[in-house]
Amino acid sequence: MSSGPFGARIPRSEDAALLTGRASFVDDVQRPGMLHAAFVRSELAHARLRGIDVSAARAMSGVLAVLTAEDLGDYWQPGPLLVPPAPIAGLTFHARTQVPLARGKVRHVGEPIAVVVAENRYRAEDAAEQVVVDLDPLDAVVDVAAALAPDAPLVHEDLRSNLAAHAVQTKGDYEAARHAADLLISREFLYDRGVAAAMENRGIVADWDERSGHLEVWDTTQAPIPIRNGLAALLGLSESQVRVIAPFIGGGFGPKIMMFYPEEVLLPWISMRLRRPVKWIEDRYENFFATTQERGQVHEAEIALRSDGRILGVRDVFIHDTGAYNPYGLTVPINTQCTLLGPYGVPNYYSEFRVAFTNRPIVTPIRGAGRQHGVFVMERLLDLGARELGLDAAEIRRRNFLPPDAFPHDHEILYQDFAPLVYDSGDYEPALDRAIELIGYEPRGSSAGPPTPGRQSPAEGRPDRSFPGSRLRGVGVVSYIEGTGIGPYEGARVRVEASGTVGLVTGVGTQGQGHFTSFAQLVADQLGVEVGDVRVVTGDTREFHWGTGTFASRGAVVAGNACHAAAVAVREKILQRASELFEVAEEDLELAKGRVGVRGAPERSIGLGELALRSNPLRGAVKPGTEPGLEATSYFGPARGATASGVHAMVVQVDPETAMVEIERYVVVHDCGTVINPLIVEGQIQGGVAHGIGNAFFEELSCDADGQLRNASFMDYLLPTAMEVPPIITAHIETPSPLNPLGTKGVGEAGAIPVAALFAQALEDALREYAPGLEIREIPLSPLRLFELIEDARARVARPPGAEGTP
Amino acid sequence: MTQTLPVHVTVNGEAYERTVPPRLLLSDFLRHELGLTGTHVGCEHGVCGACTVLLDGDAVRSCLVFAAQVDGAVILTVEGLAGEEGLHPLQAAFHEAHALQCGFCTPGILMTLVAFLREEPRPDERAIREALAGNLCRCTGYQKIVEAVQIVAARQGPDAGGADGRSRTGKAE
Repeated sequence: MSSGPFGARIPRSEDAALLTGRASFVDDVQRPGMLHAAFVRSELAHARLRGIDVSAARAMSGVLAVLTAEDLGDYWQPGPLLVPPAPIAGLTFHARTQVPLARGKVRHVGEPIAVVVAENRYRAEDAAEQVVVDLDPLDAVVDVAAALAPDAPLVHEDLRSNLAAHAVQTKGDYEAARHAADLLISREFLYDRGVAAAMENRGIVADWDERSGHLEVWDTTQAPIPIRNGLAALLGLSESQVRVIAPFIGGGFGPKIMMFYPEEVLLPWISMRLRRPVKWIEDRYENFFATTQERGQVHEAEIALRSDGRILGVRDVFIHDTGAYNPYGLTVPINTQCTLLGPYGVPNYYSEFRVAFTNRPIVTPIRGAGRQHGVFVMERLLDLGARELGLDAAEIRRRNFLPPDAFPHDHEILYQDFAPLVYDSGDYEPALDRAIELIGYEPRGSSAGPPTPGRQSPAEGRPDRSFPGSRLRGVGVVSYIEGTGIGPYEGARVRVEASGTVGLVTGVGTQGQGHFTSFAQLVADQLGVEVGDVRVVTGDTREFHWGTGTFASRGAVVAGNACHAAAVAVREKILQRASELFEVAEEDLELAKGRVGVRGAPERSIGLGELALRSNPLRGAVKPGTEPGLEATSYFGPARGATASGVHAMVVQVDPETAMVEIERYVVVHDCGTVINPLIVEGQIQGGVAHGIGNAFFEELSCDADGQLRNASFMDYLLPTAMEVPPIITAHIETPSPLNPLGTKGVGEAGAIPVAALFAQALEDALREYAPGLEIREIPLSPLRLFELIEDARARVARPPGAEGTP
Repeated sequence: MTQTLPVHVTVNGEAYERTVPPRLLLSDFLRHELGLTGTHVGCEHGVCGACTVLLDGDAVRSCLVFAAQVDGAVILTVEGLAGEEGLHPLQAAFHEAHALQCGFCTPGILMTLVAFLREEPRPDERAIREALAGNLCRCTGYQKIVEAVQIVAARQGPDAGGADGRSRTGKAE
């Protein structure tokens, strides 16, 4: 497969439309007579909703409707539980899902209370300002740990507490491991919230055509087919009456697969009532409240180590903040729970989590989807253990890696897809070696510790750590795994058209991952056509009926294998028809340059378009048992996810007096199984790392005790720019997944997952002499927060030993 | 909202005459009045740079300009970059280097860099990153955007006066 388009570094087919401004995003959709919606949202995090006065707004010219929960009648209902909890024994789970418009009380800032529909957006916003909302403030539940205190105010008063879920998963016997351990390390870790910050905010255009009885919806969703199915059910329409189009989407990263956002439910209903197309486009300010967020976990964790650094067991007890509602079930905390185990052999594991409702925006997966929390906890525990044992960071990982012959490896707990957490394949040590080679020098162990057995001392040849000027230099190396490419399934249809071009249709949406190209490569590879001759359609429910969506780094795995399977089926049809035509065995045929012909006899060949035409005759009969045309539809559903993995390493410089940080060098060695397009994989990794850098050091949702966000703008919520994101050196290791024919594993989220853990380790390394005892146990950092941690560590050293305040 | 102001403006070489409400943003004017939806709106407070266009040759954030202010001006948007001969060299380099993923921020980044390359045809990496620092991209990590600019810079002759041989009128020549 390697000589064809499969695996080739091909620039993308979709670029031309995007580069010239022709690509249509949701906000680019213009319909005749289109109205515009604006939302009135709660300005308080927790309050009784005493009344809403819409009279002034309704009286304004150009305003067609102002709707509150009462106006919705029976249509008002809480959203579905999108992901029911995995069947974990002894599980407690309370579902409370978001509502279209608040009724009775509001539970987070930005919760929609009313919607205004007007002739243009400017007018709609004018009118929204005239809606008077009478809110009676309640104490807000903001801190996730305090949320579970017995006297905490209740987010959902029909529950006795703010506990949304409680789950325990175990493997082996942690207590026994604890007693056998030479070293126990216990710490608390905090991983706070962030936003996805796709450059395109959310948006919806709904257009109900009364005459044809058809509803068209353009939606910035990662999951057009489930949205279509859900809207049809909600609106009492058949699925064939509803067409959902997710055209070009300006970045997804997770929050665009929340079902259903209030606006998604309301816009189609409004269009049907007013019999006019209606558009709503979220603005950036709204995006900070109305779009789902992620993170917010507090961990109490302990690792039991042998004196040689081998892991005997891990105990982790954490609280997860799900925000005001929990439509996504337990996906995020289960990802945390499972991903903590990393690429390591962990014979004994006790993991317990509680999920708390708070008066903050809803939490759903964002790139990494809780995995980074688990990685942060495990990698930090290993670093602290290594420090105590005098091992270097690479060595303690090396000693605990699952060996290449350990696969499939069963961790004996359940993953978010309800399947057992079984790693399919992997080979971790070569990735570590390659990362160390590429980063330029090895991490050091504790200067007090013994030399690492069997390894060269890294001291020689290592650059001087005292950087010119006042800056200090540190190095870090971390490893991680990522469960990717989970089910249930995706499908694809491949059709050779009379023109000779090949149509490929699949149900997954695309938000920039290069599906138009990668999927085309898979088909071109099978049919012997140019990649540019495969016309890919995704994200339009009229084109393909079945599918789930783009999430969990599953496009290349699940949809990719479906595309491949459909292409293989079409290839078989081509060979069969050509074999009849030329009266030769199929083995004597070859497909190349858009033609199929007899190998070694170039004059005996036929263009695929002409063969397609012959397969769809206007006279005569299509033979019984065959189908017209050269077309096939196939589906692929993996038994469980494919386990991608990687090692990240970086050299960082810190100015200890300002706590400003500059990344000098960043290396990613990644294993996503078989690579379809290395150019696209590099792009995914680089973007993921940039996202991770933001989460680790720049992006923080600063929330006050009343649940008010203090930095809801790009002026104050700092996304990393080209000045902060360094060049990222990437290398690949390929351990193909045995769970799918292509051997692919996912890559979309990988880059973001280990970055925080790497920051923490590299910064501690840089500051080891300047701030002895510095421990970074929280994310996100910022220059200010790092400065405080440095000063605290220095103050502790200055105090006499035995004084209070040790962690 | 009864008051309107006249706007005569040349966009991508074409003359337009409209009357607009005083508060209409240039970004909304381009997108919804003229149908030039290639210019994207990412934050509406001048930070993300997705809405960047060239106004009389200078890169500006169209969400921070009122349409009424551009009366008599010459504007170039992303739709005006490619010519009869195909993609603009910077667009072509973006394609080659995989400098875009979702493509939402891309039009603003292209316009920012077109203006930058006119001023500085052979920039080093540091200068490219500084020029790019006013535009946010969540997909790419910026590295391949930097590479795309380097491709263009390398292809320009040593005495290149500008990136694209276009004049400041915004019209392809």
